[in-house]
Amino acid sequence: MAYLAAVDVSVEFPLYHSDSRSLKKTLLGRASSRFGQDARHRPVVQALRGISFSLKSGDRLGLIGVNGSGKTTLLRTMSGIYQPWRGHIMIDGRLTSLLDPAQGMNTDLTGRENIALRGLFHGFSKTQIARLEADVEDFADLGQFLELPVRSYSTGMTVRLAFAMATAVRPEILLMDEWIMAGDARFMEKARARIEAMVNAAEILVLASHSPAILAEWCTRLMWLEDGKIRAYGEPIEVLERYLPPSQFADVQGLLEHGPASSALG
Amino acid sequence: MVAGRITGRTGTLLVPPRPAPLRLTADQGWGHRFQLAAEDFGDGAKLWRLTWALALADIRLRYRGSMLGPFWLTLSTAIMIGSMAFLYAGLFHTDIHTYLPYLTVSLILWNYLGSLITEGSTCFIASDATIRGMRMPLVVHAGRSVVRNTIVLAHNLVVVVVVYAIMGVHIGWYALWAIPAFCLWLVDGFAVSVLFGAICARFRDVPQIIASLLQIAFFVTPVMWYAKVLATHRAGQILVRFNPFYLILEVLRGPILGEPLTTGTVAKAVVGSVALVALAAVGFARARGRLAYWV
Repeated sequence: MAYLAAVDVSVEFPLYHSDSRSLKKTLLGRASSRFGQDARHRPVVQALRGISFSLKSGDRLGLIGVNGSGKTTLLRTMSGIYQPWRGHIMIDGRLTSLLDPAQGMNTDLTGRENIALRGLFHGFSKTQIARLEADVEDFADLGQFLELPVRSYSTGMTVRLAFAMATAVRPEILLMDEWIMAGDARFMEKARARIEAMVNAAEILVLASHSPAILAEWCTRLMWLEDGKIRAYGEPIEVLERYLPPSQFADVQGLLEHGPASSALG
Repeated sequence: MVAGRITGRTGTLLVPPRPAPLRLTADQGWGHRFQLAAEDFGDGAKLWRLTWALALADIRLRYRGSMLGPFWLTLSTAIMIGSMAFLYAGLFHTDIHTYLPYLTVSLILWNYLGSLITEGSTCFIASDATIRGMRMPLVVHAGRSVVRNTIVLAHNLVVVVVVYAIMGVHIGWYALWAIPAFCLWLVDGFAVSVLFGAICARFRDVPQIIASLLQIAFFVTPVMWYAKVLATHRAGQILVRFNPFYLILEVLRGPILGEPLTTGTVAKAVVGSVALVALAAVGFARARGRLAYWV
């Protein structure tokens, strides 16, 4: 059983590389609630404030909110990249995060070389790396491009490679940012099937996205983040109803009612 | 149908052993900090194959598409040493049979030391995308810098061998002391990368300061000149006796050149290294949790 929980997690970004005095004046002068000071009176951005939730096997959480509301920061914190400033995060299970398309890849190296590096990252033996290569090659379907530097890939191709690499080593907890939407329709269908299979095997998915259709379809619950805080948390349809303008919500609703399984992503 | 085929494929997914449950919190006191730093080091050590592959890829990429490849490293060092030999023998009438081996070993080791420090200071900054993209032991980035520069050194050693052969330098068993000395260099190089890498990630002016200081250090340290020219100069002696660059350089250069080391030099180099490692441990423990925010 995989498990992922956050208890009262807060994250602050210290603003080091800026002229702190004039910046402080500007930021604190405004009544903006997200800029504050830490104990040593340095200006900070409060990226996440008091986030708590708990997910167990089979849960698929969608994160929604405007740009800068803390979605990616929350994903990074859950991945163990940003250490929380307060509160704690519990992770039980093999966690993989897909935060940006070329993440963890050396874009000057070829796709194949990057797969081998990923295998080494997982501590794989030579035969296991060969299996990983075969699996990624098959799934990403990049053909000869696998022998070219990742730098020369289109965004969609990079996404395919990254997704294939991240999911070839079966994650028990998968965290994804919205760029997965950069794949073409055929790839999206494959990706969906793979995630479906993964989640069916009682695992956890956290997905940040701006696409209500995808969130409504892929997730079993939604978290609406606003200014680094949880604004709403619950059934996707309920959260979307509050989050979306009525006209857009009607579209999503219509989509869900008319059997979205294969059409919505196309 | 598509879904079925893919579900079939998911059966081939690799399943590595499940990691122990993690509890991520802010640092809770120095005990917790040292524990997390030690875990980072332990996890990083297990990834030595990755560290090696990353360093090797760095070198390969630097010379991708060039005909000689990494042997440009060897060639450019050889050209520099060759022209120096010509200059010193022809113009200054130096006894080239003793000076050239000295100069070769000194310059190659100094370049190694310099790049260990400068590239070590940017080891975390240079890996910012990886650090912000995935959870990976941070010491891997420091190790990568050390291994990369050691591969460069290995290419340059060819020049030393050639110079020794041409100049007919005799190597005795005493040269084996270079092995423990080299291990000391590796430890120091790693400690410097971890410590300066963390400081430079936070304070972005420090890499520039370090580069300038290294230039000065090159001139005040007996690299191109012999330490014995200062034997009668009292103030100059301080440059030799308490210069950390000289001490660490000498413990490795001495055995390679077959020149005896004094116990004092060795003791000072070892004590200095212990202090450096302790400082690096404290610095890394302090900075580890913040590095992802800094880079």
